[in-house]
Amino acid sequence: MGRKILLDHDNIPGIQSLNVYREKGGYRALEKVLKTMTPEQIVEEVKTSGLRGRGGAGFPTGMKWSFLAKPEGVPRYLVCNADESEPGTFKDRYLMERIPHLLIEGMVASAFALGARTSYIYIRGEYFYIAQILEKALEEAYEAGLLGKNIFNSGFDHDCYVQVGAGAYICGEETALLESLEGKRGNPRIKPPFPAVAGLYGCPTVVNNVETIAAVVPIINMGGAAYAAIGIGRSTGTKLISASGHINKPGVYEIELGLPVEEFIFSDEYCGGIRNGKKMKAVVAGGSSVPVLPTDLILKTAAGEPRLMSYESLADGGFATGTMLGSGGFIVMDEDTSIVKNLWTFSRFYHHESCGQCSPCREGTGWMEKILHNFIVGHAKMKDIDLLWDIQKNIEGKTICPLGDAAAWPVASAIRHFRKEFEEYVNNPGSIRDVKHYYRINNLAEA
Amino acid sequence: MPKVTIDDITIDVPEGTTILQAARMIGGEVVPPAMCYYSKLKTSGGYCRTCIVKVEQGSAKDPRPIPKPVASCRTNVMDGMVVRNITSPEVLEARAGVVEFLLINHPLDCPICDQAGECDLQDLSYGHGDEFSRYEFKRREFEKIDIGSKVQLHMTRCILCYRCVKVADQLTDGRVHGVINRGDVSEISTYIENVIENDFSGNVIDVCPVGALTDKTFRFKSRVWYTKPVDAHRDCKHCCGEVRLWYKGDEVLRVTTRRDQFGEVKDTTTGKPGWICNECRFDKKETKDWIIEGLAHINPHSVISANHYESLKALKATVSRQLKAAPHGTKVTLGNGALDPNNQPGTQK
Ligand SMILES: Cc1cc2nc3c(=O)[nH]c(=O)nc-3n(C[C@H](O)[C@H](O)[C@H](O)COP(=O)(O)O)c2cc1C
Ligand code: SF4
Ligand code: FES
Repeated sequence: MGRKILLDHDNIPGIQSLNVYREKGGYRALEKVLKTMTPEQIVEEVKTSGLRGRGGAGFPTGMKWSFLAKPEGVPRYLVCNADESEPGTFKDRYLMERIPHLLIEGMVASAFALGARTSYIYIRGEYFYIAQILEKALEEAYEAGLLGKNIFNSGFDHDCYVQVGAGAYICGEETALLESLEGKRGNPRIKPPFPAVAGLYGCPTVVNNVETIAAVVPIINMGGAAYAAIGIGRSTGTKLISASGHINKPGVYEIELGLPVEEFIFSDEYCGGIRNGKKMKAVVAGGSSVPVLPTDLILKTAAGEPRLMSYESLADGGFATGTMLGSGGFIVMDEDTSIVKNLWTFSRFYHHESCGQCSPCREGTGWMEKILHNFIVGHAKMKDIDLLWDIQKNIEGKTICPLGDAAAWPVASAIRHFRKEFEEYVNNPGSIRDVKHYYRINNLAEA
Repeated sequence: MPKVTIDDITIDVPEGTTILQAARMIGGEVVPPAMCYYSKLKTSGGYCRTCIVKVEQGSAKDPRPIPKPVASCRTNVMDGMVVRNITSPEVLEARAGVVEFLLINHPLDCPICDQAGECDLQDLSYGHGDEFSRYEFKRREFEKIDIGSKVQLHMTRCILCYRCVKVADQLTDGRVHGVINRGDVSEISTYIENVIENDFSGNVIDVCPVGALTDKTFRFKSRVWYTKPVDAHRDCKHCCGEVRLWYKGDEVLRVTTRRDQFGEVKDTTTGKPGWICNECRFDKKETKDWIIEGLAHINPHSVISANHYESLKALKATVSRQLKAAPHGTKVTLGNGALDPNNQPGTQK
């Protein structure tokens, strides 16, 4: 049984309320921080823990915090990224819904470390009911003196606000998020300057994912070194994985980083294997934007090593044979799944969510979607496979923000690993004419 | 002063100069094409991605290359930076990709477009695009919208460079102009049919790199290459009063700002901004309103200058000559003739 340090109390009745949360040891970390630690010590502790951003990029959190500019007389902000819109990712939702106070405790402790008087939780519009849960938790925390003026008599004042977005994936990109938070159109900013220098309202700002901020609480409770002892190599601690697709037990799992992928998929403690006794065909391991891998490559690296749930192991082999841990949206596909149809769905998403600022993403995402639709309805030609490849290549790395890459990678990996299937769609257009009801491509992965 | 090397040519530039500006100081073929950047408009640039270049060495201190191509218009030079533009096949290929993206939804209605002949997109696609389109779908279309009584917006041709949005923001008071919707259905809008009636609103026509914003008083009057550009000025209480008149016979068909060699408004003799007011632009169309200075010199950047497209062949020849003459690492200094701005192919002599 893997250790749980974030979701250790998620099933206790009433854990949403402040009272039960405190009974289970809640807000002890905050008390420790405010009574016994300096901001620098907390940053050091987080550095020691090896915690890496859980929003997708995996940037070391302690390092990000130490980059925060600290000019005299200018406020600093902490912003929590709760926009969680990457298809296949739903862990932040679970955490906030179940243990809202864990996030709030993490927010105040992190804000103290950063010297931020004000923080914001930017939550996606579709999570409106969670915003209400958070509002209620904030109210309780204010009443108990855990927010507001002079928290724990430390002289530290802090206010935290929840801001609901309007349902745009792009507002999860940190600078688009800041624009949106400022009340503007959610377009990513051109960097530099980075938020650490000029973020919200032009002031130094740290943007962190919900899970990242929540993990600060156990790090303070157990100490950075103890946290770093969990996991493997530079992938320290635990990670929430949103498991979905054709598995017996979809859901949110907290795993110790370094868990073998095979164990995660097939053991009863986690996904419980492929449902209906089917075979596995492919896995998207870190949210819809990361490269899809066929069964052999997700279970073992190209060198034949068992693949582990860690930043390094999943990325082993680069994009030729590897993928990314990303946000931890783990999508499993069984043998009946059409890779092309699935890719079309992803493509539709990125086309719909492109902000439209830069030409490669604005024009390229729509073009790829249209071509993929041609495959689905049986109008595609062989040359379209190469065309798709060219388009994704012309988008990747040439855009303002990584949404362009996110749209390109799934296309590249699907062609790289499942080219046969695209060819099958071209060669047998008749068999797939009825898009809505027939998208079973039999065991092409094995062909 | 930071030293930067672009396509093997080294130049000292002031602190805070972007790669694009540095390339413009060198001049000639190493200048990346810019469809959205406009030096006179704050925060412009970064959108179209035509100006991307490769940074082979980040700086003298940190010589690592930047892994992805960067937008030269929004990237500052560092001391010891080494940049490749026309000497990098990778950059040229990436740029061709961007040009393809800009064209897939463009209507290519040049034969009926007033901008034809002085259109940056036309120049760009001749220079960097392909002969055929690989795009086989219906192109995006929008209804035409009147922005005030003098300007028409034809979104179908727009490449979303955001320049007009910046003009509305920075030159006119009370912003009623911006972008609505998202992705490839984004639209320049005056939210929604609000009219921009402002002394300087006409400048959106001049910053538009394509034929999306056009002068209604000039619509369909003439192809630009049949008109004769003449510089003129008048004493204007709103603006610099330094303009370009476009004649057909004795008739002034339109009035515009003067352009510099990069297609931007030219600096004026008085130091005032080169933008012109709507009165000069739309209401002063008689020769007697103006003091004539003489025939305007049109820079080789535009189609209306003679022999531009023929000169592309010459340009490609120069590029390969440059490539051969300057293998990686060699420093070519300015003034060896090949890159003399007055000795460029296509310059009107
Ligand atoms: C298109 C796009 C969408 C993103 N969406 C999210 C998101 O929903 N949640 C999130 O935490 N990070 C998201 N990110 C990553 C953020 O930009 C940022 O890296 C992250 O919030 C930093 O937090 P971390 O260091 O704690 O991971 C997104 C990035 C991109 C490019
Ligand atoms: S990559 Fe896409 S989403 Fe990101 S800034 Fe460009 S157009 Fe917008
Ligand atoms: S000119 Fe640099 S991105 Fe458009």
